[in-house]
Amino acid sequence: MSRGALVPAAFAICCLPLPWLGYQFATGGLGANPVEALLNDLGYLAFILLACTLACTPMQILLGWTWPLLIRKLLGDFCFFYACLHLLTYTVIDQGFDFQAITADVLKHRFIFLGMGTWILLLPLAITSTRGWQRRLGFRQWKRLHRLVYLAGGLASFHFLLRFKTPRLETLAWMSAIAALLFVRAVAAARRRATMVQSP
Amino acid sequence: MRSSEVTPKALYVRRRDFLKLGAGSAIALSWPSSGKAKIEHGPRLPEVKPNPQYALAEEKKNSFEEIASYNNFYELGTDKSDPSENAGKLRTRPWTVSVEGEVGKPRKWDIEEILKAFPIEERVYRLRCVEAWSMVIPWDGYPLAGFLRKHEPTSRAKYVAFETAVQPQMPGISGFAGIPFPYLEGLRIDEAMHPLTLLAVGLYGEALPNQDGAPVRIVVPWKYGFKSAKSIVRIRLQETQPPTTWSRYAANEYGFYANVNPVVDHPRWSQAKERRIGEFRRRETLMFNGYPEVASLYDGMDLRRFY
Repeated sequence: MSRGALVPAAFAICCLPLPWLGYQFATGGLGANPVEALLNDLGYLAFILLACTLACTPMQILLGWTWPLLIRKLLGDFCFFYACLHLLTYTVIDQGFDFQAITADVLKHRFIFLGMGTWILLLPLAITSTRGWQRRLGFRQWKRLHRLVYLAGGLASFHFLLRFKTPRLETLAWMSAIAALLFVRAVAAARRRATMVQSP
Repeated sequence: MRSSEVTPKALYVRRRDFLKLGAGSAIALSWPSSGKAKIEHGPRLPEVKPNPQYALAEEKKNSFEEIASYNNFYELGTDKSDPSENAGKLRTRPWTVSVEGEVGKPRKWDIEEILKAFPIEERVYRLRCVEAWSMVIPWDGYPLAGFLRKHEPTSRAKYVAFETAVQPQMPGISGFAGIPFPYLEGLRIDEAMHPLTLLAVGLYGEALPNQDGAPVRIVVPWKYGFKSAKSIVRIRLQETQPPTTWSRYAANEYGFYANVNPVVDHPRWSQAKERRIGEFRRRETLMFNGYPEVASLYDGMDLRRFY
């Protein structure tokens, strides 16, 4: 595939779950509790896309591939898009705009707090994901701000883990993958610092 | 080439299936909600009489498909759709239930004897899951009280312990479900003897689908669903409070009593409201799941402490 086609192709793939979920929701394919299924599927999509976004830079570090960097912003934006749909499903469909119940939920229950916290962390990252904001903040500041994505990855992992009554192997696998990605970047950063000290 | 060297068809078809599993399908496989499987009906039960006292006419019953496709039964898998998809992995014949412990007449029952021990009546009960969803189910069975009395409980019988079957071919047993097996549940003797507590063998006039706890289960409608042990093989009357699976797993999340109570939250979510399966908006959860007649069982007890 030519590099020019990469971004449109990734865009199209990221859009695919929408008609699929819409069709399943409309035709009863989501089972006996479609609201719960929709909520879970949207959250799962956001989580997978967050993991994919986090994987782009380590792929470049480990394998020398540069193409993942071309779609990193797109993946991050879609992660936020699905996180917004997940949050909207929770507030509008699941809780029926009962803001008193939602506030109590967020404050009293760690599980909900972690989910809401993840979304709040992703919000400034999505807003400043454009080239214009990169320029306005200066690359250094921008990069520092976007390190929040690691924290978001951590919060999202625990939110995902608490969603089940018992820990699931698949959740633990995703959590380990995210931890491994962070480890790769931490090692790379430490090496970079070491070489900078050696060769001033 | 000898015929023994030819790969059998079943094997190469499986190999092709395996090759189809790329990274994409790995995600699809772990996808939490999957499509609908065809739900099998059990054989019709002879002579089920509706009990008008428990007709619950004001509530709309959930459909058979809803009741038999959305289940928690960790021995058959941890996702809601797993138990119906893996239903065939539970063998319900031969089946025996042992009643033992603090009883004058312990007995090992064959399932066919249990089906004939008392007249089977239909009772429509609300079921409220600890996960904040609910259903309305027409159970077929008879009160547990009469069944227990047949065994002449002694004065030391203060509690009743239930044990669910463990069969190695069940996917939760052979795989990873997160909780220890056998699944254990229990009730105080007065709860077990309460006229609402049912020994259920069917629903909608048919033998229980495996995923709903075939061939025989307990139904305690004023408690969260996990208290109603499925596919039971042992009933033990005893003097001490029996350990129960979920409260052993996480005592701060699941208590021994586990009465439906809208003002006592689960640590991770609120119990004030519930989603009735088939409805869009949440509805208020009722104290004791709308069975106020059981309140006197807990007179003087702090239900925040004994949740």
